[in-house]
Amino acid sequence: MHTKITSLKKAILLAVVVWAIGSTTAHAITAEEKGLQIAVEIDRRDLGFGDSRTDLKMLLSNRHGETSVRELQLSTLENPQTDAGDKSLTVFKYPRDIQGTAFLSFTKILEPDDQWLYLPALKRVKRISSANKSGPFVGSEFAYEDLVSFEVGKYSYKWLRNEACGELQCFVIERFPKYENSGYSRQIAWVDTNEYRIRKVDFYDRKETLLKTLVQSDFQQYLGKYWRPLKMVMKNHQSGKVTELEFSPYAFQVGVNKTEFTPNRLKTIR
Amino acid sequence: MMFPVGRYPFAPTLVALLIVSGNATPSIAGTLELGGSIANEVRVFPGSRSFRGQDRSVVSPSLVLTPELTYRSEGGNDLVTFTPYVRLDANDERRSHADVRELKWVHLANSWDMTAGVGKVFWGVAESRHLVDIINQTDGVDNLDGDAKLGQPMINTNAITDWGTFGLFVLPGFRERTFADDEARLRGPKPVQAADATYDSRATNKHVDIAVRWSRSIGNADIGISQFHGTGREPVMRTVTRADGISAFQPHYDIIDQTGLDAQYTSGSWLWKLEAMGRAGQGKRFAASVSGLEYTFYQVADSTADVGVLAEYLYDGRDKTAPATPYDNDLFVGTRLTLNDEQDTSILLGGIIDTQTRESFLSVKADRRLTDHWKMKFEARWTANVPSDGFYNGVRNDEYLMLRLARFF
Repeated sequence: MHTKITSLKKAILLAVVVWAIGSTTAHAITAEEKGLQIAVEIDRRDLGFGDSRTDLKMLLSNRHGETSVRELQLSTLENPQTDAGDKSLTVFKYPRDIQGTAFLSFTKILEPDDQWLYLPALKRVKRISSANKSGPFVGSEFAYEDLVSFEVGKYSYKWLRNEACGELQCFVIERFPKYENSGYSRQIAWVDTNEYRIRKVDFYDRKETLLKTLVQSDFQQYLGKYWRPLKMVMKNHQSGKVTELEFSPYAFQVGVNKTEFTPNRLKTIR
Repeated sequence: MMFPVGRYPFAPTLVALLIVSGNATPSIAGTLELGGSIANEVRVFPGSRSFRGQDRSVVSPSLVLTPELTYRSEGGNDLVTFTPYVRLDANDERRSHADVRELKWVHLANSWDMTAGVGKVFWGVAESRHLVDIINQTDGVDNLDGDAKLGQPMINTNAITDWGTFGLFVLPGFRERTFADDEARLRGPKPVQAADATYDSRATNKHVDIAVRWSRSIGNADIGISQFHGTGREPVMRTVTRADGISAFQPHYDIIDQTGLDAQYTSGSWLWKLEAMGRAGQGKRFAASVSGLEYTFYQVADSTADVGVLAEYLYDGRDKTAPATPYDNDLFVGTRLTLNDEQDTSILLGGIIDTQTRESFLSVKADRRLTDHWKMKFEARWTANVPSDGFYNGVRNDEYLMLRLARFF
């Protein structure tokens, strides 16, 4: 008898919730809901990519025109579940003194990521703290948090407006980091309305000052579905430093071995 | 000049394997890559010598060549790595030495992998002492920090399961520790008769050692448990009188059984570390541990620099019949500065202090990339409060500064 009442209550509650959701969508949705919808669509369009691999060149330059180069290989393994993010493995090729150094990261949603560093000279795998979200990645203008896989749950959103971005139309959305230790108060992202590709992001620091701008271009489509920018330019407005990433064409679903993304396997990289 | 490679029990096999793999390379689709470095190192000993006959040179240069040849099969499931090492030292005949750091074939499968040949394996988490790390012999003349290791012949298989990684190591052939020559700085209180080493085992340096290890990451914890049976890497230094009447040390290697545990818990900016081991075969069975923490302040004072603070407590319960150690009841404190700049500049400053005698061993290490191909390393080590019966008494005047300039190719 008791269980029956409970299930009846549940049914009523469910009906109310369904009605509530239905009525909100029927009416004008809020800017927050629209922002979230856009983020969900960005994520949905990238579902099922499985795994990918690319070589990339990182060009660091300061305001005096001094430059230095990094070369690395980036492998990504998709996590089909939504409870955690993707796994990524970065192996350095250049400069030679860090050749073979590897960085393994398991992205989480709101919890700290799991990260390991492999130092080939000592053959040592070190579990490292991931609290350093806003720290520079190998001296570049990319922070660790800029390079982890995009997960909807990491931010709350707000749609601002639609506007032209080059030849395309873009949604302009604000995202507010929900995870701890972010160096940003908010980000403003330009997402094209055709294919939901993020074309530009403005990063605001904790003091609400414009810190960096990321421009993504040279988009290529893979497997008739997944878009990747082959060029990313991150400009730091406060230091004048610029980091450019040039990606070689991606290989998708190359069948990367799941065990490649385990800390113990890092030792076999070199 | 003496090249211990000539006494290397497996040298002919290794050379043959190298020739075979070298010839085979062009016919197999894959990639061959040459890397490594050549370095010029200068050590400066500002203190006067401690013993009659010891070298008086204040400036002591050294040249180190470590090329690395890697062959990777198409698909990347097979790897052959060859890393020779040659050092030429101006003042220490035994520091001038060559070694095969690695010459190994690694095969990777989905849930297991195998390594055959000469390799290097590291176990552990602590900063101040490598307590559970036992597969490789320490190259004692390369550096005092114990990071330099001699190549160890091995066949290693690892099974990667949902329950962690299970590894089996079969280690045929033992490598004797390297020691400075009789006249060299950092020689210690007595000359070492390294070539006259004695063994517990009748198989001497051909005893086949066995090790097993289980390791796993569970949430924020990374844990490893290991068991080793074979020739202990740390020798007992027995005092002998040489034919010329001079008192010297003769290394003796025991058969030991060692159980090791290493664990790290990572939480926010904190790393909690523990290494512990129990060893039988050198006097009474004893235990030793290193336990401590590392906390990092990220982006201090609005810069990109990180400052880490390290503290570790070292305990060792061994008796006088076991190899001597300075780490019986010591405290390590240190700080690590990482600039996170384009040059990857980092500085580590640390000291290990005996809690009873205050005898201390201190060091500074700094690294900086100069250009895409050149890297600079600075190191200084010195002692303080060394009592007349202290562990560091034989090297109390051998404090040094070292500058290393390496070209990577």
